[in-house]
Amino acid sequence: MLTIGEKNLKSRLLLGTGKYPDFDMQKKAVDVSETDVLTFSVRRMNIFEPSHPNFLEKLDAKKYHLLPNTAGAKTAEEAIRTARLAKASGLCDMIKVEAIGCDKTLLPDPVETLKATEELLKEGFTVLPYTSDDLVLARKLEELGAHAIMPGASPIGSGQGILNQFQLSLIIEQANVPVIVDAGIGSPKDAAIAMELGASGVLLNTAVSAADDPVKMAEAMKYAIKAGRLGYEAGRIAKKRYATASSPMEGISV
Amino acid sequence: MKLVINGNDVQLDESVFTITDVMDHYHIDNKVVIVEHNGEIIDQSIYSKCTLADGDKIELVQFVGGG
Repeated sequence: MLTIGEKNLKSRLLLGTGKYPDFDMQKKAVDVSETDVLTFSVRRMNIFEPSHPNFLEKLDAKKYHLLPNTAGAKTAEEAIRTARLAKASGLCDMIKVEAIGCDKTLLPDPVETLKATEELLKEGFTVLPYTSDDLVLARKLEELGAHAIMPGASPIGSGQGILNQFQLSLIIEQANVPVIVDAGIGSPKDAAIAMELGASGVLLNTAVSAADDPVKMAEAMKYAIKAGRLGYEAGRIAKKRYATASSPMEGISV
Repeated sequence: MKLVINGNDVQLDESVFTITDVMDHYHIDNKVVIVEHNGEIIDQSIYSKCTLADGDKIELVQFVGGG
């Protein structure tokens, strides 16, 4: 069981809803992933084509905790506005704070992320900031009252996997709130590594939605996250430089 | 009524007075849509009471796929 703020989640996989080939495949992928949390974005409606279908109408949104993001924001002010718009829907009170500070890498702006997190916490949101894998920044976000910390594994949508296991493990070791590894996951192996490091969960999108078979990949991610978590809880063996035999040395018949 | 909706200059019927009228005009009254009127988020319960004037800026936003 994963608890974020007042939300109790059965699954440790948080799934994005962007860039699926079609709604039908998206629905199947979401179903097979067994996720409890779906992320999405807030955008202008196309008023000239309002009948354009929307994923919320295709999925049974009530089954999920909805986690809107503030993607597109570069400043705290923009992130706060997006968060307020999302909450005004009456469908959710969680927010993934995302304030981008670099167009090329989509890495977050730490100063704007902190400012937005502080304000949204005051306004009563359940706040999950997307952050770089900086130990001190993670601590400061937690001290503000963030309900989870979401360090990126590598740049958003890059599929480069976990570039700095050491930094992530320090953040996980330090944190007293859930650490959700967000962004950059490419394969089930990456998700399993994050969980073996002790992450409380993984948020991913492109790794599933842009896979050759998104439905199969959603299932693979589900198992990888479960396997990684079990491995973490079981406690792995220490690494040794040389071999130690698994079979007894006594009674060898030669 | 001249309005700026989602950045577009639009000219609507003279019968359009409120947010509810705008939603009816675009047939989006049954969708999940959030409304901002001149920079202020409008609660769903007062759409019909929120009267509009020439030049007002309306933002109609919705949820789309994202990560």
